[in-house]
Amino acid sequence: MTTKPVLLESREISKSFGSFLANDSINFDILEGEIHGLLGENGAGKSTFVKMVYGLLEPSNGTFYWNGKKIIIGRPQEARNFGIGMVFQHFTLFPTLTVIENIQLSLNDNFATHELRDTINKKSAEFGITVDPDIYIRDLSVGEQQRVEILRCLLQNPKLLIMDEPTSVLTPQESEQLFSVLKKLSETGCSILFISHKLKEIKKITQRATILRRGCVVSTVETADVSTEQLAKMMVGSNPQIVKPKTAKKSSAILVRISGLNRPADNPFATALDNISLNVKAGEIIGIAGIAGNGQSELMEVLSGEWRSTETIDIFDVLGTDIRNYSPHKRRLLGIGFLPEERHGHSAVINMKLTENTLLTNHNNPVIQKNNIVKNENLEKLTTNIIDKYDVRTPFQNPQASSLSGGNLQKFVVGREIIKKPRVLFVAQPTWGVDIGATKFIRNALIDLANDGCGIIVISQDLEELFELADNICVLFRGKLSESKPLQELSSQKIGMLMGGEDLHSESKGH
Amino acid sequence: MFYLTPRKEISLFFTISIPVISILLTIIFGFFIFSVLGFEPGKALYHFFISPLSRLDKIADLFVKACPLMIIGTGLVFCFRANIWNIGAEGQLIMGAVFAGGLALSFSETQSVWLLPSMAIFSFIGGALWALLPALLKIKLRTNEILVTLMLTYVASLFLDWLVRGPWRSPTSFGFPLTQYYPDVGLISKIYFPGIGNISQLHWGVLIAILICLLCWFAMEKTVFGFKIKLIGDSPQALRFSGFNESKTTITLFIISGGLAGLAGMIEVSANIGQLQPNISFGYGFTAIIVAFLARLNPAAVIISGLLIALIEVGGDSAQIALAIPKVVTGVFKGILLFFLLAGETLTKFEIGFNYHQKSSLND
Repeated sequence: MTTKPVLLESREISKSFGSFLANDSINFDILEGEIHGLLGENGAGKSTFVKMVYGLLEPSNGTFYWNGKKIIIGRPQEARNFGIGMVFQHFTLFPTLTVIENIQLSLNDNFATHELRDTINKKSAEFGITVDPDIYIRDLSVGEQQRVEILRCLLQNPKLLIMDEPTSVLTPQESEQLFSVLKKLSETGCSILFISHKLKEIKKITQRATILRRGCVVSTVETADVSTEQLAKMMVGSNPQIVKPKTAKKSSAILVRISGLNRPADNPFATALDNISLNVKAGEIIGIAGIAGNGQSELMEVLSGEWRSTETIDIFDVLGTDIRNYSPHKRRLLGIGFLPEERHGHSAVINMKLTENTLLTNHNNPVIQKNNIVKNENLEKLTTNIIDKYDVRTPFQNPQASSLSGGNLQKFVVGREIIKKPRVLFVAQPTWGVDIGATKFIRNALIDLANDGCGIIVISQDLEELFELADNICVLFRGKLSESKPLQELSSQKIGMLMGGEDLHSESKGH
Repeated sequence: MFYLTPRKEISLFFTISIPVISILLTIIFGFFIFSVLGFEPGKALYHFFISPLSRLDKIADLFVKACPLMIIGTGLVFCFRANIWNIGAEGQLIMGAVFAGGLALSFSETQSVWLLPSMAIFSFIGGALWALLPALLKIKLRTNEILVTLMLTYVASLFLDWLVRGPWRSPTSFGFPLTQYYPDVGLISKIYFPGIGNISQLHWGVLIAILICLLCWFAMEKTVFGFKIKLIGDSPQALRFSGFNESKTTITLFIISGGLAGLAGMIEVSANIGQLQPNISFGYGFTAIIVAFLARLNPAAVIISGLLIALIEVGGDSAQIALAIPKVVTGVFKGILLFFLLAGETLTKFEIGFNYHQKSSLND
């Protein structure tokens, strides 16, 4: 096997934001036709690096070489002219336009629509990407939308395709399909820079991988030569913390009883919830799996009481109390904790100080306020307790929430709910966007809570998380919840099928 | 291109130096403008800045002028903090004055000391009701409160006009659109300083205004209610998550700002005019919007910004009278001062950076 020529090389690329060094002298190269992994935890500097490659950010230092020639990539337009394409983690498609219209918008030249349709059909046949050019984006699944994004890049005949965390929104099956497209693409000579923090994927699809940690290159390895354990060690630094086993004794006391829960869709983009039933026992963790957009946020709003109805919900009892008409405030008084998925502006207000963010869910606490006057001293004490106990790293005393990293802010909001020792906890995506260290910490805290007898519902798209935490798992698909099954009876393959809506008919015998 | 990034910490140095620089720049620009237009710049600036502060009675007049601005401004701070744009304080002021006036005119023979407090309560209710209308429309029908509050201002103004020309016109006013004088117990008296006597028009309403500002500051900074207001402004979703009711809070804020504007109207009439007439306000309800923003939406700072705006107003009048400077020129000068103050305000919060084509910042 002859060595392929180097397509893109970076020498001593650095990027700093103020005093923070996001990328420190990155030396990196990608060969023609190679699938190269870029592996690292959140905040390791992966996105910063590829943004410089794509011309979205300007390096503070260092040089890029394209086919051995020194280049400056000032804007994404210039990157595209070189032949660099990028598929973002968050898609940039217009839901109200068709596939072909979306693609037309991104092209520099004006194509006649029928001509473009031919080109699209040719390209999709070539790579096995099946997409109807005349379908509206809003009618496509996330995986299909991603294929449109890829197709859009392919029409510009890229030499290098950057994929930013492409599998984070896909089912296992959809990921497989993506991988086969990427393999075909690389066989035509296109290089692919594949960003991920999932070790198995990196191992499976890439030839080489570059591991980043805290903005520095740890190593570039041939992925065939290393084990996933070795990759993990390079990525995290030390051996990752292990999640504790669960010791809670199964109790038969049912804390949460939900039956016949319906919620109509508020707008065309919302998902209606359809006849959901679910029980949670003391000490039990129920995992709700599913791809984003299948009703998770709608369900979370019902659980927290931000959306209430006595008409469309048959039974929603917690600790023997009918809470269908209870506001979030009243639910907290009952000993229910909840934590929605979105930190920014929902479970935390980033322009406010940490003490004020503590007040957000503690304003009914008589220790914190008396006659509506806030007792600042006690509020500060509670905030400090959360910070100490949940290892929240703050730049200085009582900063604004915005100055905390995503992982630290998540530890803070999780800690804020757990420290109250709720008897029931509803939490969505507890470790979304959080690095491995903090992830294990948060999961351990949740398991401790369950071991103390708290009943927990975890809504998560991360199957690994649910396998670590849950006793029983059910899957949310298009607003319907599958029967909850003990973890032992399920494989990720089976859950993946349910997440894709595959064998719901066998589940629907209950209704 | 240049871009603005928020300062991590706002330093005391900038907080103090930037307003000073703003005022210096205004003086330099004013100097230039007045000389180009052929007025003596030294004298003009003297009338603007020094003359209103030169004597105790003139300073007292500043407080009197600032009194309604403070009361309305502090109420508006509550709304604006919550991103609710009540710009109809002028109308709420008028309705407050009408409610209080109606009470005073119905009991024109009374000697009871309870008349004045009752008028205060009535004026608050009047202003609050006038603000409640746009609040309910906003919540129930999702109308835009900017339009509704503004339009209702004209309704209130014409309503007052009709009252004083029609049913409430005094039989002894020789046909002028004026009501009867309020009974003495319905008037706000001047502050009597032992040994000095009255200082110009300084009345007890000024003290009330300052107390209201301080009270509002306490409510904003130290109570759960103040926290709620900041939450609505920053993130309505977090407000719902927190378990507060957004509609109730919105209504409360309209009631507070409208009620305070109404109270300001009653104080203005009872302290300075003593009867209702077609014009009872000199745009205080609109000027108070600037006062609220100049105070950086801090109720305590409204005291300072109210006085500052009063200084510009009084100084402008003084320059017009003494040097025959046209009103438009003093208007331009006021505009320049506000421009520099508000631009400087931005610079205390943000720092300017320059770059060529960097577009995005770190997002992970």
